[in-house]
Amino acid sequence: MPRKKMPARHRPRGSVHGAKPMRLLPKAATGIQGLDEITGGGLPRGRTTLVCGSAGCGKTMFAMEFLVRGAQQYDEPGVFVSFEESADELAQNVESMGFDLKALSRRRKLLVEHIRVVRSEIEETGGYDLEGLFIRLGLAIDSIGAKRVVLDTLEALFGAFSNTAILRAEIRRLFEWLKEKGVSAIVTGERGDGALTRHGLEEYVSDCVILLDHRVVNQLTARRLRIVKYRGSVHGTDEYPFLIRAHGISVVPITSIRLDHRASSEIVSSGVPTLDKALGAGGFYRSSTILLSGGAGTGKSSIAGHFVAEAGGRRERSLYVALEESQSEIVRNMKSIGIQLAPLVARDMLRFHVSRPTAQGLELHLASIHELVVEYRPQVVVVDSITSLLSMGSIAEVTSMIIRLVDFLKMNGITAVMTALIPAGEGTETTGVNVSSLVDTWLTLQNTEIKGVRARALSIVKARGMGHSNQLHEFVMSKNGVELKTDAWSRKYA
Amino acid sequence: MVAEVRVSPQTKKVRSTPGSSPPAKVVLSLYIAGDTPKSRTALSNLKKICVEHLDGRYRIKVIDLLKNPKLARDHQILALPTLVRQLPQPIRKIIGDLSNTERVLVGLGIESIK
Repeated sequence: MPRKKMPARHRPRGSVHGAKPMRLLPKAATGIQGLDEITGGGLPRGRTTLVCGSAGCGKTMFAMEFLVRGAQQYDEPGVFVSFEESADELAQNVESMGFDLKALSRRRKLLVEHIRVVRSEIEETGGYDLEGLFIRLGLAIDSIGAKRVVLDTLEALFGAFSNTAILRAEIRRLFEWLKEKGVSAIVTGERGDGALTRHGLEEYVSDCVILLDHRVVNQLTARRLRIVKYRGSVHGTDEYPFLIRAHGISVVPITSIRLDHRASSEIVSSGVPTLDKALGAGGFYRSSTILLSGGAGTGKSSIAGHFVAEAGGRRERSLYVALEESQSEIVRNMKSIGIQLAPLVARDMLRFHVSRPTAQGLELHLASIHELVVEYRPQVVVVDSITSLLSMGSIAEVTSMIIRLVDFLKMNGITAVMTALIPAGEGTETTGVNVSSLVDTWLTLQNTEIKGVRARALSIVKARGMGHSNQLHEFVMSKNGVELKTDAWSRKYA
Repeated sequence: MVAEVRVSPQTKKVRSTPGSSPPAKVVLSLYIAGDTPKSRTALSNLKKICVEHLDGRYRIKVIDLLKNPKLARDHQILALPTLVRQLPQPIRKIIGDLSNTERVLVGLGIESIK
């Protein structure tokens, strides 16, 4: 919510980062995956942002990525002022994220200024100021024409100087000075008891405050990011999970703040002609989300397999996220019902992402799917099954993850098929996970027994925007695949 | 670029007594940023302390970081004014306008040199 109307010169010229133009503060894109989306374009340009959190929360990584991306992607050189680690230590620590600080330094895109402060060396005798810090900073900024600056962490100064009155006045002056310099800056601060930072740095930063948090839940590390304040800008207020990965930080928006993905009216065949007919429209809508729920062995994966094969026939790529079976098991099982997946894999029209749910945390799971989708650009994504995610988190957490996944896939125009295993004894119209309202089409599958005959049945619980059948359809699985026996049902068991 | 100010001692040099080693010379650097009231106060306080306590065995170098900003980094200077005792080793740092004579003497380790 803008608190005051911004003067015209503060308005950005065009749209930032592909998002709708926000007629507010100009922003400096961070290049951090996901962050620019929830901040509507990045951190406030020419202003100072406070990034705070407890030890090990990822402040330094966050700040460093802001500089590295700035230098690499936006041609904005940066100065990293480190009060704790030396240039070598820093270079080593961020090497794991693929950042080559030394190469950037050689190209004069980045400068690490290590300011060592040791109290025991210093005796204080009367009034002083921190002009030396300003001189060093000014020199560093001017030497490479820096547009971005990081001070990590400014609070180290409180350990070096005992006259806090002078220190506070100088910190206030420093923030003013940074603003005059016109650099986009990040100042990091250590989380304090009952306060954002131990020394109240938030008092001096009025434009943007980001809080990072790091907890361990069920033996799994969960990192969270929250935008505490962002003056003059619309921003997401949720706690967003984020990860520190091999390519840097990625922030995963819980719910997309842009629910403006265009609904497609294009129909794609399910790969089962009789099912297409029962759906009424001849298939599923492209970029819709389809849920297949049912007990063990009811044919969920088989229908998903048909859809993948059909997509392959249309020369569309599919990503199969297999959480229960291995790639070879799926390929073999599909083959037994006449669905040939191996040729698709060979032509790279189908990729499997096989992962044991317990091996990674939910967030990491989501992030790896994100990454694969961005890299492989599939038109179809299958998640088999979402129920197995429950071993990684509570229902609420899994639901939230699936919401984010569905939003993400929709935004990218991807048709998603998710399977859900319904344990024996539970009602058919349940998913185990509260996602039924989220999906566009919901098919339930069941094994039934009527008059001593075992039969498979499929019903369309919902199909948004389609005049679908309301029948319980018997279906068979043969070596020719899945087929609905619409007409025979009533006669056979009547 | 380094402005060097040699402050001539006002009193006669004390001759070392034969047999004992001559007292070490104190080499001091005063870092300032331009000719500010704080810089002037610090320098005049320093001169006064040296005259009264060091008896000619000192040399003061005034370094203006506005003229040579690189030295702020090379010498790890943050606060100004900063007085650095270069010799005798080890290096000692004192910050402020040097208005507290007693702390300056402690910081410079002058009692031990005397």
